[in-house]
Amino acid sequence: MHIVVVTKATPDTGAKITVENGVPTWKEAMVINPWDEYSVTEAVVLKEEHKAKVTIMAVGPAEHDDALKQGLAIGCDEAIRVWDEALVGHDSLQYARALAAAIKKLGDVTLVIFGKEFADSGSNQHIYQTARLLGFQVLGSVSKLISLDFGAGTIKVERSVEQGKQTVSSKLPAVLGVLKDITEPRYPSFIGIRKAAKAQIPVWGLSDLGIEAGTPKATILSYSEPPKREGEVEFIEGESPREIAEKLAEKLLEEKVL
Amino acid sequence: MKIFVWTEHFDNKLAQASKEAIGAAKSLGDQVTALVFGQNVDAIVQEAFHFGADAVIKADDATLADFRAEPYIALVAQIARDHQPDAILAGATTRGREVLGGVSADLDAALLDDVLSLSIEDGKLTATRAMYAGKVLTKEQLSGEGVQLATLRSRAFKALDADTSRSGEVISVEPVLSEDEIATKSEGFEGTVGEISLTEAAIIVSGGRGVGGPEGFEPIRELAKVLGGAVGASRATVDAGWIPYEHQVGQTGKVVSPDLYIAAGISGAIQHQAGMRNSKVIVAINKDAEAPIFKLARYGVVGDLFEIVPALTEVFKEKLGK
Amino acid sequence: MDFALTEEHKMIRQMVRDFAMKEVYPTIKEWDRRQEMNPEILPRMAELGILGINIPVRYGGQGMDYISLALACEELERVDTTLRVIMSVHMGLNSMALFQWGTEEQKQRFLVPQARGEKYAAFCLTEPNAGSDVAALQATARREGDVYILNGEKMWISLATKAHHFLVIAKTDPHADPPHHGMTAFIVTSDMRGVKTGDIHGKLGVRAGSTGWVVMENVEVPLENRLGEEGEGFYIAMSALDNGRYTVAAGATGLIRACLEDSIKYCHERSTFGKPIAKHQLVQQKIAYMQQWYDAAFLLVMRAGWMKNAGLRNTRETSMAKWYATDMSVQAALEAVQIHGAYGFSDEYDVERYLRNSKGAVIYEGTSEIHQLMQAGYALGLREDRPLRCELPAYDPEYWQAEASEIAVGD
Repeated sequence: MHIVVVTKATPDTGAKITVENGVPTWKEAMVINPWDEYSVTEAVVLKEEHKAKVTIMAVGPAEHDDALKQGLAIGCDEAIRVWDEALVGHDSLQYARALAAAIKKLGDVTLVIFGKEFADSGSNQHIYQTARLLGFQVLGSVSKLISLDFGAGTIKVERSVEQGKQTVSSKLPAVLGVLKDITEPRYPSFIGIRKAAKAQIPVWGLSDLGIEAGTPKATILSYSEPPKREGEVEFIEGESPREIAEKLAEKLLEEKVL
Repeated sequence: MKIFVWTEHFDNKLAQASKEAIGAAKSLGDQVTALVFGQNVDAIVQEAFHFGADAVIKADDATLADFRAEPYIALVAQIARDHQPDAILAGATTRGREVLGGVSADLDAALLDDVLSLSIEDGKLTATRAMYAGKVLTKEQLSGEGVQLATLRSRAFKALDADTSRSGEVISVEPVLSEDEIATKSEGFEGTVGEISLTEAAIIVSGGRGVGGPEGFEPIRELAKVLGGAVGASRATVDAGWIPYEHQVGQTGKVVSPDLYIAAGISGAIQHQAGMRNSKVIVAINKDAEAPIFKLARYGVVGDLFEIVPALTEVFKEKLGK
Repeated sequence: MDFALTEEHKMIRQMVRDFAMKEVYPTIKEWDRRQEMNPEILPRMAELGILGINIPVRYGGQGMDYISLALACEELERVDTTLRVIMSVHMGLNSMALFQWGTEEQKQRFLVPQARGEKYAAFCLTEPNAGSDVAALQATARREGDVYILNGEKMWISLATKAHHFLVIAKTDPHADPPHHGMTAFIVTSDMRGVKTGDIHGKLGVRAGSTGWVVMENVEVPLENRLGEEGEGFYIAMSALDNGRYTVAAGATGLIRACLEDSIKYCHERSTFGKPIAKHQLVQQKIAYMQQWYDAAFLLVMRAGWMKNAGLRNTRETSMAKWYATDMSVQAALEAVQIHGAYGFSDEYDVERYLRNSKGAVIYEGTSEIHQLMQAGYALGLREDRPLRCELPAYDPEYWQAEASEIAVGD
């Protein structure tokens, strides 16, 4: 029973991000991708319930080590970082190929868990791509894990979609993309912190994985800051809440947004 | 350009996101084919035509009755191999992103996920996307080899007006996987009754820490109901357990872009702004005139939400005749 | 010389920060208004190991060093003073005193459950008529065979109504000369017959915490609950204060940082006379001072922590850190309210709570005036610290982190 949970470091959600000299820039620290606080915790919860082993993985340069260490501190057993200079400027498919190769190299993985999406790229395609490249079942938008039986090789989850909740069962191996509802994120434990602080994280390159980097088929041409919202706020004042409400309602009717 | 649109439907109606995707495809390509999967989907096929599809590829089968990623991904990939479209689009809904994400790997075709705008430059799909929850915008481009994929953010593209006189060719295809070959089973569906999903809502009324507790969302809900809108919430209120997570707007909640966003008792932390700054008109109601939310707002009221929001509800009840 | 925190320290700081911000901050104003302690806080701090952070693993703790304790206190008080107060009494004044002075049997019985967070601990020195003048305390302990009979009233006791274990200082010899030679320390448990507790309301600050009184009426305390020797109570109390004050100083550093961070944020948001107030020089001066106070307080705390880790006596250095950090936290809170203007005067913002919370710490665990006398005494050569029978053990990561079973017999 071996679970892989995938993470990366992203700027703190409170970061003020600007575009300087054509690249996104911020001063705040990098933190574990906020959605992964949930996936990592869920992996650790499952580890405890099923006596499984959890490996946390990231694909990227050394700046992702802190996110991996955070995972170790929360309770993951091992961390592996996949990186190779040939992957600089990679697109999502290249990322997924490298990740899938690393998961295959572990050999005995039957469950892979991702957070909902990457907070930096705003994308979740890597989840589905990795699953298909591995030949695993993919269950996205999982809001609840109803049952998991490694012995029987089955899993049942609740998926949260736009119109409601769907219950789906599947055979293992499977890839899950989990939402915030899945669990309450855990903080690192002190014992975990000690372990993480000492950890030397192995880096697997493409030659270790026996794959080629390939070339990106999607490229970012430019970055820009979103246009500033135009105009100043117009404060609505009045003698009574009723008067304020009437004035505001008139304005909104004029805006034709109702 | 030959563009396919994977569509989805619910309650026997074509999803709004799919209508928008067909609309976007029409503005880009000369030949738009909608893919309609499910069981007994003839009404959906007609709707796809009404909203602009020139042709429909239909797969009507029990194995496709409920959405499951595995048979849907396999089928879209197979159709792409057989029919060689230049591009496949879908709404960036939960299902749309899963399907095209999977297809992307199956076909080794790149995908622009959750795009805000879309164009074709030298035959290459080119998009605006939001990174860091909208704090940065990117211009991204696919290499143009093989089929090109994109999922389209809800409300970022316009659907065409329905034209019930429209019709076209329907091609029926068989599913790729038989029931025995599918490892997943859909075991039930519990719909959210009467609630409008945040990402599709044209009007959102949101409450923040200023609502003070779970019961403080009552006036927010009433106003949302009168306006026909959805209820949103700040992270603080969700974390405090006052309202379920599916209402959370912001960086770790939903990113929304309604026509009208009313923020009541929300100070406007940067994470919240990231989720709602693309709303057309923002109204902020807050006791604190210095709250950052007023910097985004078109209209502001400095006052107690428990006085202003119920007064608004009353006024709109009268004006909208409800 | 090395000013760098270790990776471990940084991760601990982040962990405590996340806990305080996510679980306490969202509702702290509400609890402060209600003058009640959020009942989820103590169990959560126990569960996360914070209540045993710097106690060796073999005694149920987490085996981290004294610097980690300070960093945790700073992060806790960054959100609310009442969180740090828990650490001051449970850890600084009680658990660390047991660790320093307790017999192995007492450590097993009392320290282990405290470090695990199964039992909460408080410290009972102050009385209605004995604060700074410790020798004036009136609680008595009369020996009768194998028990002591305790009588007296203790006041301004943090966690009075929450704690299971109290470290009580009482007079075994009311006529001793000098009087402090007649004091003895006892471990009193809340379930002993004759122990009554209650909360005090109407405090200026720390309203989301529990502060109260403990009354003992003919409480029978077994001999094995006496901490240290008879007559050693004053020294035990003073050494406990060396640890309590350390947590107060570290916490006050967090309070200064709270004032600074909130003021910086507000300075960028608020505009007057056509520009953000951050551009006004008189506002800048306040910010510069707050930063100076923070840096200096933090360094003083780190020095005291470094000395504790090294097993060096640090009464003077801890007193200096406590005096400076708490005095400056009051100043920082005053300036933060000033920067926030009329908004700072209302509870829409947090700074008014910071101001109310800051004031207690220049009174308890040695008023600022007591610390001034101490510092003058050291400087003038009128005061010196003599070695104690039991010193606070230096930090030894190997011993601290080993499970009890891993330690060789006779170790």
